[in-house]
Amino acid sequence: MTSAEKYVLAAYLVFLAAVLAYLVIIALKVGRLEQELGDLVRLARERRDG
Amino acid sequence: MSSPNRAAAALAIAAAGLLVGGVALAIFWAPEDVDQGFSQKIFFIHVPVALTAYAFFGFGAWKALRLLSTRNSRYDLESYTAVHMGVIFGLLTLVTGSIWAKTSWGQWWSWGERQLVLFLIVFLFYSAYFMLRYSTDPGPRRERNSAVFALFGVALIPVSFLAVRIAGTILHPTVFTHDDGVAMPWEMFLAFCICLGGVLALAATFYRVELAGKRIDESLKELREQLA
Amino acid sequence: MSAYAVDVATLARKDVLLELRSRDTLPAMLLFVVSALVVFHFALPADASDRAEIGLFWIALIFTALLGLTRAFAAERDQGLLDGLVLAPVDRSAIWAAKVISVVVFLALAEAVALPAYALFFQPVGWQLVAAVALADVGIASIGALVAAMAVASRSRELLLPLLFLPLAIPVVIGGVGASVSENPASFLGFLGLYDAVFAILAWASFEYVVTE
Repeated sequence: MTSAEKYVLAAYLVFLAAVLAYLVIIALKVGRLEQELGDLVRLARERRDG
Repeated sequence: MSSPNRAAAALAIAAAGLLVGGVALAIFWAPEDVDQGFSQKIFFIHVPVALTAYAFFGFGAWKALRLLSTRNSRYDLESYTAVHMGVIFGLLTLVTGSIWAKTSWGQWWSWGERQLVLFLIVFLFYSAYFMLRYSTDPGPRRERNSAVFALFGVALIPVSFLAVRIAGTILHPTVFTHDDGVAMPWEMFLAFCICLGGVLALAATFYRVELAGKRIDESLKELREQLA
Repeated sequence: MSAYAVDVATLARKDVLLELRSRDTLPAMLLFVVSALVVFHFALPADASDRAEIGLFWIALIFTALLGLTRAFAAERDQGLLDGLVLAPVDRSAIWAAKVISVVVFLALAEAVALPAYALFFQPVGWQLVAAVALADVGIASIGALVAAMAVASRSRELLLPLLFLPLAIPVVIGGVGASVSENPASFLGFLGLYDAVFAILAWASFEYVVTE
């Protein structure tokens, strides 16, 4: 592999890494949203029952 | 609720297809550049990402203008999301541009590379946008200040472009030019267009997902206040 | 004189008189710009070129302007006058125009000290530098008055202003340094004029959105 090929590969990998990093961010966010929504559902149930 | 999701899914599929096809064409099919050889292949990712960042900044300014004329808060979130995405793509542009600078002339940064210098100025400006947003209390004031600042960005881009261009003639003699005056073989241009389409589709997917996420955040906050 | 011009003149005179009475900002700007030039002398190696000195002069100028801009809305903020001004029956852009005039006045006074000090410490001052500084003042004040109003509305006021201001000031530095060192200063002076026009119009048109509650 020539050095030019290495740098080209690196540039494309940076792009791929950014896409994957965004996936991680969104995964964390979905997890947090799920938890918050669960809290709110529980709160709403308590309201209705109590 | 299903139609926006379906649009995002269609965009994601288009992005995947165009990106895989475009990158494959760029690497294996498009002819090697006469001057720069194989390292010119970075062009097919660097330039589409840069153009996408500019598109986001322009889109954010358009939404900012809509906010100022209609005073509708939904445009604030849209403008903010667009600038947010623009800064992410801007960071990617700086990193891939830096790699290109390294492979082309052995340095990670060159002040003679006008497009990259211009991008650095724009990137600093939009990073300040975040500082402005985070240090102002939420409300109509923040919406309008952010919108005005986003509008200044689209004026700063051409003005800085001009500044970097005339400065290049005196302050930093330009040795390397690969951005202008070079006629591109049509295979190269076609591969570039497909890559550009792919990156734009990916960017549009991100924008929709990010916007949906931010809207959910706001709805949840409101719901919490209602229930509390 | 139209009513608009009268409003602008009245507001600008108020700013200048307020400063003459309190002497909050101007002495600080004068002392700062001279101190900065002295510090820059020691920051340069002994064999540095004359062109580097030009660059340092522009840095001193930008930071002096920043010092003045930090205080530009201080009186209004401390006494809660900005809301009152906004409620007053004047066009809001007149508030901006008046602030630009007073900032230009303070900058010009600071430069009336800085340029001779620069000539004394470093090298003679050419007409290109004076013209570039005059044009730069208008641009600096135009965007400065707008971002200073934004910064005042934020929680981290003084901290935020340089972050908002410096990226916008980069073209001013490019134009100013270029006009001072280039053999063809006209194109750089023309660029500074264009910068002034673009951002003055934009800031004038958008200021009302920044101050309206």
